[in-house]
Amino acid sequence: MTHKLKPLLWVAIAVFGAACLGGIALNRGESINAFWFIGAAFGVYALAYRFYAGWITAKVLTVDENRATPSELRNDGRDYVPTHRWITFGHHFAAIAGAGPLVGPTLAMQFGYLPGTLWLLAGAVFGGCVQDMVVLFCSTRRDGRSLGQMARDELGPVAGSAALLGTLMIMVLIVAVLGLVVVNAMKHSPWGTSTVFATIPIAILVGIYMRNIRPGRVLEGSLIGLALLLLATAGGGWIDHNPLLRSFFDYDGTTLAAFVIGYGFVAAILPVWLLLAPRDYISTFIKIGAILLLAFAVIILQPEMKMPALTKFIDGTGPVVAGNLFPFLFITIACGAISGFHALIASGTTPKIIANEKDIRLVGYGSMVMESFVGLMALIAAGVLDPGVYFAINTPAGIVGKEVAQAVATISSWGFPVTAETMEGLARAMGETTLLARTGGAPSLAVGMATIFASAFGQSLLALWYHFAIMFEALFILTAVDAGTRVGRFMLQDMLGNLYAPLGNTKSYPATVAASAIFVAMWGYFLYIGVIDPYGGINILWPLFGISNQMLAAIALAVAMGIIVKSGKTRYAWVVGAPMAALAVITTVASYEKLFSADPRVGFLAGADALAQKLAAGQLTGAMAEAAPKLIFNQRLDAALTVFFVIVLWTVIVEAVRLSWRHQLGRAVLPSTETRWAPHPEMPMAQGDD
Amino acid sequence: MLSRLRAFWSGFRQVIGDDAYDRYLERHNRLHADAPALDRKTFFRSELERKWNGIRRCC
Repeated sequence: MTHKLKPLLWVAIAVFGAACLGGIALNRGESINAFWFIGAAFGVYALAYRFYAGWITAKVLTVDENRATPSELRNDGRDYVPTHRWITFGHHFAAIAGAGPLVGPTLAMQFGYLPGTLWLLAGAVFGGCVQDMVVLFCSTRRDGRSLGQMARDELGPVAGSAALLGTLMIMVLIVAVLGLVVVNAMKHSPWGTSTVFATIPIAILVGIYMRNIRPGRVLEGSLIGLALLLLATAGGGWIDHNPLLRSFFDYDGTTLAAFVIGYGFVAAILPVWLLLAPRDYISTFIKIGAILLLAFAVIILQPEMKMPALTKFIDGTGPVVAGNLFPFLFITIACGAISGFHALIASGTTPKIIANEKDIRLVGYGSMVMESFVGLMALIAAGVLDPGVYFAINTPAGIVGKEVAQAVATISSWGFPVTAETMEGLARAMGETTLLARTGGAPSLAVGMATIFASAFGQSLLALWYHFAIMFEALFILTAVDAGTRVGRFMLQDMLGNLYAPLGNTKSYPATVAASAIFVAMWGYFLYIGVIDPYGGINILWPLFGISNQMLAAIALAVAMGIIVKSGKTRYAWVVGAPMAALAVITTVASYEKLFSADPRVGFLAGADALAQKLAAGQLTGAMAEAAPKLIFNQRLDAALTVFFVIVLWTVIVEAVRLSWRHQLGRAVLPSTETRWAPHPEMPMAQGDD
Repeated sequence: MLSRLRAFWSGFRQVIGDDAYDRYLERHNRLHADAPALDRKTFFRSELERKWNGIRRCC
């Protein structure tokens, strides 16, 4: 392309993106085509990547393509390997993308499509992508050090300990909430449960194949596993139609929670080759496949979305997640717009394989753009459902009642008409007994995807598509459950080792088992309470997870701000400082509401008090009366946890601001730990490493 | 076109880790040709331990 045409092309992209955004904003019809969302996203991402990310890498970070990276200087062929930028992009994207960006936007659909779409786009290009890229840059300039180490080295021991402790608690919540999503997807669904259970022996089989039968043949093993999984998904339908077999896989929430907890513990202490690694290989395939399928469904089929732009639930009375649009939209969307957890990946394995600093924009910013797009696709899939159907699936029984007639009447009275026949017919078509009150986001996303696919490939496969979608979400989640438990165990052992040295020995089997048991008990507790909660548990756990995840992002941005100020670029510190401040306000306001709101569905303390009053007055009966004392204690514990997160967040921010201030005044601060400049090594890299 | 497909295929194998042993052997023979290389099985086992010893997956 000639130089004269290039600016014109960018003007055209800008006009196109703006037109699509305008199309979304001005739409007043009954439905809106997904095309407008894809067009708007394409325009926003392209401009942000080309201009904002380009400007940041050139002016703020001043990436230096002549500077050697850790992968070149320490090239050991294992952890540190200079890798082609698209391969690094693939590794990084596979590491950051999971079930999070699928669930958050689905739940946030209760506000309508407009708020979610705007935050997914703006939050990603100004927040999430910037965070991922800047943290990746800082870690690459520091030999691939972790976020916790960078916080300690650059901001001091107080901020370092706060960041570490905060990260551990966030891991607990992530595993608990994801476990709850998968439990809710399997509850009384023999088809779903048998398929998810089948993933375990299949993974073990593939693990043995890759280790003993055909060592290291990852592609073969994964393809075999993939074929078996698809077979298991189809076979689930057969099990579902057999009354005897069906009864083996029909469980209530508490039993399934016990399975997930037991599974998490066993998986964490089993050798990685047996279960974790093979399932992750299969899951990577499914991840690519599922995202391509979703993209095909959304980009090629361009479904019509039936959700309104805004619903009345922006006032805080939403049945899916309680609380006002501000701040709970941001808390609910979480991963698809900005995820603090990515900072751990961007300061973990990825900086060790960056071949050249100029790849940081593609890997850091580009991967997050992709993740945001995955979130947008999930939002579109949720929007395809009739609003009444969406609310019938996602509203817990505690709000609309267990009886079908009562539930559909309540939801219809909100202005989202739905009938009992519609819900029964839909459940039958999807191969489920009921789709009412299937909270957690996974079932409604699966119904949405199945609906889009069925419109292209015929209605007969609806149930198969539905369970395929449930299966891949469960696969991502189970990987997160055992990978998360392992990481949590390492972190816990690291901390416990300071108190009692033998506990810190990661080679010791008893120490490993003990630390795994403690960590599983921590998330298992929250999962169990979430399952017995009549309001579905998601209403409590997802916001808590969202708050913690956004806080970790604010912590990562605070560390990055300290580093940018120390590098003498104070005038550009707003690039990370502004999203940090925004997240600090969002999470602090959300925490305040979670603590002190008088609405018992929003405030933890008000919720506990309201329940305690009902219990004392003898208004509770049966299972509810039995569960009430646990729920009351748990709500107070959640309140304490929220206070803990706020303290951790502000400790790091105050430390970062104090350090920046001292640096501006010319006082002594901790020296920068950036590695010295070195030229690229003379030795050419290995073939294929280019 | 064919070369692009081939590049995609080799990149794909690299992302999922299918060619890890071939790459290890190539490097080993280039840098430590005098020492015996690990066999495929031993290498794969140590590779898995290395890979999963840290934060590898997000939510």
